[in-house]
Amino acid sequence: MAGNNPNSKPMNLTLKVWRQKNFQSAGKMETYQVKDISPEMSFLEMMDVLNEDLLRQGIDPVAFDHDCREGICGMCSLYINGRAHGPERGTTTCQLHMRKFSDGDTITIEPWRAGPFPVLKDLCVDRSAMDRIQQAGGYISVNTGGVPDANEIPIPKAIADKAFDAATCIQCGACVAACKNGSAMLFVSAKVSQLALLPQGKVERKTRVENMVAQMDKEGFGACTNIGSCAAECPVGISLENIAMLNREYINASFTSENV
Amino acid sequence: MILDSKIPEGPLAEKWDKHKFNVKLVNPANKRKYDIIVVGTGLAGASAAATLAELGYNVKAFCYQDSPRRAHSIAAQGGINAAKNYQNDGDSVYRLFYDTIKGGDYRAREANVYRLAQVSVNIIDQCVAQGVPFAREYGGLLANRSFGGAQVSRTFYARGQTGQQLLLGAYSALNRQIAYGKVKMYPRTEMLDLVMVDGKARGIVTRHLITGKIESHSAHAVILATGGYGNVFFLSTNAMGSNATAAWRAYKKGALFANPCFTQIHPTCIPVSGGYQSKLTLMSESLRNDGRVWVPKAVGDNRAPQDIPENERDYFLERKYPSFGNLVPRDVASRNAKLVCDEGRGVGTTKLAVYLDFADAIKREGLDKISQKYGNLFEMYEKITGENPYTQPMRIYPAVHYTMGGLWVDYNLMTTVPGLYATGECNFSDHGANRLGASALMQGLADGYFVIPYTIGDYLAQMPATRVETTHPAFQEAEAKLRADVDRLLSINGNRTVDEFHKALGQIMWDYCGMARNAEGLQFAKQEIRKLRDEFWKNVKIVGVNEELNITLEKAGRVADFLELGELMVDDALNRNESCGGHFREEYQTPENEALRDDENYTYVAAWQYTGENQQPMLHKEELKFENVKLTQRSYK
Repeated sequence: MAGNNPNSKPMNLTLKVWRQKNFQSAGKMETYQVKDISPEMSFLEMMDVLNEDLLRQGIDPVAFDHDCREGICGMCSLYINGRAHGPERGTTTCQLHMRKFSDGDTITIEPWRAGPFPVLKDLCVDRSAMDRIQQAGGYISVNTGGVPDANEIPIPKAIADKAFDAATCIQCGACVAACKNGSAMLFVSAKVSQLALLPQGKVERKTRVENMVAQMDKEGFGACTNIGSCAAECPVGISLENIAMLNREYINASFTSENV
Repeated sequence: MILDSKIPEGPLAEKWDKHKFNVKLVNPANKRKYDIIVVGTGLAGASAAATLAELGYNVKAFCYQDSPRRAHSIAAQGGINAAKNYQNDGDSVYRLFYDTIKGGDYRAREANVYRLAQVSVNIIDQCVAQGVPFAREYGGLLANRSFGGAQVSRTFYARGQTGQQLLLGAYSALNRQIAYGKVKMYPRTEMLDLVMVDGKARGIVTRHLITGKIESHSAHAVILATGGYGNVFFLSTNAMGSNATAAWRAYKKGALFANPCFTQIHPTCIPVSGGYQSKLTLMSESLRNDGRVWVPKAVGDNRAPQDIPENERDYFLERKYPSFGNLVPRDVASRNAKLVCDEGRGVGTTKLAVYLDFADAIKREGLDKISQKYGNLFEMYEKITGENPYTQPMRIYPAVHYTMGGLWVDYNLMTTVPGLYATGECNFSDHGANRLGASALMQGLADGYFVIPYTIGDYLAQMPATRVETTHPAFQEAEAKLRADVDRLLSINGNRTVDEFHKALGQIMWDYCGMARNAEGLQFAKQEIRKLRDEFWKNVKIVGVNEELNITLEKAGRVADFLELGELMVDDALNRNESCGGHFREEYQTPENEALRDDENYTYVAAWQYTGENQQPMLHKEELKFENVKLTQRSYK
């Protein structure tokens, strides 16, 4: 079909998909066949094909979260063949393309599995726990207006770049889903690092880390045991160094806390 | 109806300051007595919700995504303009104003655009204070680049992810207010109707996307920050869920819809590869700073790009526009790509693409430098196409990206419904017939952080703080109508899926109301859309019930609205017998195929009023007065 790629042979695939009516109901795997899948399709376009097929047969289509389909909004999820966001490193499910699969493959598709992420339906989970952690302190307390000129706060380029790297987290939850402990440390550390690195964020660095970690624990996320599957599966390459920084920030805060 | 834009008197540069002094204020202790609804949590919505809550108002914010941070502002790549003149290259508030008016092909309001340029400088300060990690120079100060045809470097950026970083800044401010209890956040909740009491916007009716629960929310004012309507084309760079439903239902309640035919087709997107395609991905405009756009000179040249010698290539933008070259504005670049493809000189298997070639840039600056600048974009291109843009040119084609049209608003950003405001892409106000690169982020944040917080106070200060209960008949009627609409959709049980209707509509819009339009095609499109809409209500297939997460039901409601909005876009394109910016009527062009405006007859905003189902809408005109800028033919030669 597309591009200049001559080896675009359509594929037939077997899908094993987790179906669950709602949070209260039990779920199970269902098997579906999809035919004539172009290697140029994205994984979610393949799911669209499945859903159109199901709909024509009068079967409820598979619910899955997705929105921007360009790898940045963090809404898509899916555990594909036992991997968060599928087999390709550094890629969200929406950016995964079918050329990574072969004709005749069986593909297993499950929702994120973690205690704090209850299944809402099929492949959709509730990730609001992550928002609540952000609300606990993932900000700099400035109101609109009355701030200094942007260039009055010079920031060394290396620091700004490092803060940016941490700030690229898309809050998709793959780190939690990939972790055997269901830990959200990589996610939390990304925000803590970004703001602790920047001069604007230093004022509240201690209370921020204390409050965000407290909320993380309250939500029921597991502890970190330094396995690193979070960083290995992170679609945007958030580094494990952030977890080291989170630990430093947290320990520093606990010895010198202003929360007295 | 007489459209009163409420532009303040006085010299351009003093209007906003004067207006800020003249607006009435709500006493700080009284602000907590007023409730404001904000629909949408992109740049315009999140910034407004956070700022209004900081001021002391009670805010209820709504988004259809699972988190406010996922709004599609997050996908903006290139940057945000601001007249900081940090580069000492001759920029000023006036120059940003002038460029925006000219870039919009003289179809925007002077006063609004000047205010936008004025507050642009505050936005950057605000974002930096929030911890937005903009790109910096080695000295630690902020970096800028030139963008989208600007002759000065006024664009602030965060690699290719500026929208993400700005939205996360606004999201963090919003989170702080959620934690304080000043904002109540309703994610996975879709606004499906506007509720009016005594002629004023007093609330909304929503559907919860997980439970199907239909609910009423009352307030003293409602702000729509729901983005654009590009998904009427099915294929666009919008997110899958981006929709026009909130704005459209407000239109049906009396808010005028302005310039609906002004859509922006972005020149540098990854081309369509097949019928299964669900969306189009933008490749940042910044690529045109170094990439050269070309097609083969000969029709039907099927050789691989590297086999086509230099003298058999047509760098058509450089040839036709020597002074701007590959950096001409978006509408000009898109139209020219279409022209060469129409001539049969397109590339790739579909022949609906042109090359964007980095070979010269790599030779000139080295692989490392190019990779530093565009690494993430090249990677994204390779993921989607399976081709390596370091060794072979990218294939690009224009795609629907942004809608300049939207709900008509006055200088206060209020629609024609008292108490109903529209901000960001949802309104029509600042970009005329064509938006400049890096100006959408600027407008969204300007409206939310620095305009609406002042102007909404003026309205609230003049109304009593008494609340309307959601037991009021107006809410009950709206809820009942909504339930009836849902039941009607669920009872059709036809044979064609919602996506099939949406794709069919998109094809009509793209073919007849896309990059080039003509009267005959538009008339044909109008008939086709009506036929399709009739069929939709007889033959659409939806399974399941309301009381669950029902992805086809929620899509069906949005597509039903697109099927009406599409016709209004066609009406507007038919009415405007001129070419300007993104609106190119084939009948009105210069001998060199450039857009030919008709300033004598069309220097107005076309604002359409809903008159009833299947009735012809009524046109109202807001004359545009240019007191500071002289109207000229845009030239990028």
